[in-house]
Amino acid sequence: MATLVTPENIVYKRPVGLTDTVTTYCPGCTHGIAHRLVAEVLEEMNVLDRTIGIAPVGCSVFAYNFIDCDFLEAAHGRAPAMATGVKRVLPDRIVFTYQGDGDMASIGMGEIVHAAARGENITVIFINNAIYGMTGGQMAPTTLPGMKTTSSPSGRDVEAQGYPIRMAEMLSTLDGAGYIVRRSLHDPANIRKAKKAIRTAFEVQKHALGFSMVELLSTCSTGWGLTPVESLTWLEEHMIPAFPLGDYKISEPVAALKI
Amino acid sequence: MARELLKGNEAIAEAAIRAGLDAYYGYPITPQNEILEWMSKRMPELGRAFVQAEAELGAINMVYGAACTGARVMTSSSSPGISLMQEGLSYIAGTEVPMVLVNVMRGGPGLGNIAPSQGDYNQICKGGGHGDYHPIVLAPANIQEAVDMMPLAFDLAEKYLNICCVLLDGSIGQMMEPAELPEMQPYPRPFNQPWAVNGAIGRERRILTSIYLDPPEEEITNLRLLKRWEQIQKNEIRYKEYYLEDAEYVVIGFGTAGRIALSAVRAARAKGIKVGLFRPISLSPYPYKRIEELCAKTQAFLVTEMNAGQMLEDVRLAVRGRVPIRFYGRLGGVMPLPDEILDEIEQMVKHPPKAEDDPAAIWLHRMLETVK
Repeated sequence: MATLVTPENIVYKRPVGLTDTVTTYCPGCTHGIAHRLVAEVLEEMNVLDRTIGIAPVGCSVFAYNFIDCDFLEAAHGRAPAMATGVKRVLPDRIVFTYQGDGDMASIGMGEIVHAAARGENITVIFINNAIYGMTGGQMAPTTLPGMKTTSSPSGRDVEAQGYPIRMAEMLSTLDGAGYIVRRSLHDPANIRKAKKAIRTAFEVQKHALGFSMVELLSTCSTGWGLTPVESLTWLEEHMIPAFPLGDYKISEPVAALKI
Repeated sequence: MARELLKGNEAIAEAAIRAGLDAYYGYPITPQNEILEWMSKRMPELGRAFVQAEAELGAINMVYGAACTGARVMTSSSSPGISLMQEGLSYIAGTEVPMVLVNVMRGGPGLGNIAPSQGDYNQICKGGGHGDYHPIVLAPANIQEAVDMMPLAFDLAEKYLNICCVLLDGSIGQMMEPAELPEMQPYPRPFNQPWAVNGAIGRERRILTSIYLDPPEEEITNLRLLKRWEQIQKNEIRYKEYYLEDAEYVVIGFGTAGRIALSAVRAARAKGIKVGLFRPISLSPYPYKRIEELCAKTQAFLVTEMNAGQMLEDVRLAVRGRVPIRFYGRLGGVMPLPDEILDEIEQMVKHPPKAEDDPAAIWLHRMLETVK
């Protein structure tokens, strides 16, 4: 049987930066897309062999099974501190953390704020899906008001449980931050914009222009109790109004960067 | 090199630098601030990494990151700060990467005070973090010993892929005495260990982690740690003995308590009492075997500590009821005076303890009557 897969008609394949590993993420989860974008960017920049990733605690605890570069696995929330420790002794390497909202915006708030304030030359990929996925769908610091989770069963009551935290806006106030943007992974056009932002963030690091973070609005079909398609719609209709997409900090040297 | 008048904390910091320290990450806490301050000046001027972290949690996780690259890295802290670092210490132990921790104990529990104490013996020797792991713990009794321990601490940590802690108290950190610093080691030392995560240039990629989701795999990891610990127990026992040749009574104390006890032992010798001092230097691994040997010719032990008898438990484990033990401790940042220990020695000789006594309970009731 003649194969259809020939070099001249391949339009889509696994990037070199992703390992040949069966996914452990749920159907409909956008972690896979985010992993792919990071892998594509590292491959295109030709830096896979000098990149050190730091995985978080959460669903992406096993990010290192998929993204094909040197990796460390941090304690919950501490990835930016660990990345600082690595980058300061190996300043010519590319160092990035990949963190979810519980990891970064809750238990790791101290580490992320101070890494940004110090202007650490690291890149942070921040997955915001408004829920704790790995532990079974509890309320996150980014859970929307009224949103039902397993630990806010009647919906997040802001009187008792407070309000969601907008990380991109918050970190953008820090002088050490060079590049802080929020993108979304709910449709192809936005995925393309997300990839461009990830590329810029790593270029910012390569040029030592300070702390860079790309916040990616993401889905959690399992935690949200929606089908994958419903989840994409829910993200667009509910998360984007609460977490507006945009560029929150582009420092002058970053704006002048030619990519 | 010549002997100089050096402050404990500063001498420790400089000794670490001369031993080839690549990175220091720390957070201010009394009584060890001079280590951080010394590093903040010296490390940048030598082109090496220094970060004052946002908290001890941040500091220990920066150490964790740098340790995974194979760099020579250390942090220092004091009791409440060490409590905060326990998370990272457990992860570092579980990832099997080397680091050095300088632990300058102060009075506790809680915020306690900033006076010298040995109240964290159990925390560091028995593992304050979660899981089965053992740090190597070395206890100096003077500044020269602390200085000499720094290169050794890095060597041991790297040889056994283990945490090595230099455990002292605020008095050794804060005092000044003459000591000789080591020679500056050639720098940079190339670091490219076969396990290091430092970018997969020209090799297969590497992952360092402390997660083993499959329980049998985690069990194998635990056994690997214990096997290495067995080697450490075999090879790395350290202690110092004074006047033990003809001693009928033996005082046991580590660090500052051991140093104070030496003055008391000398005074007792002057009074004709055949007493000697056994000063454990490696607290973990502990010199059980040597204490067991001492039982054969010892009529009674006096254990003295700046805590409520934490190391006493280890002495009892070695003695196993064969020889009676008396205990004398001061707590909460109060230091025992040589005269107090001399009095304890004399009491031990005059009223020999019984092997079946609970030395900690007897001491406690004595303390409750005398300290009001």
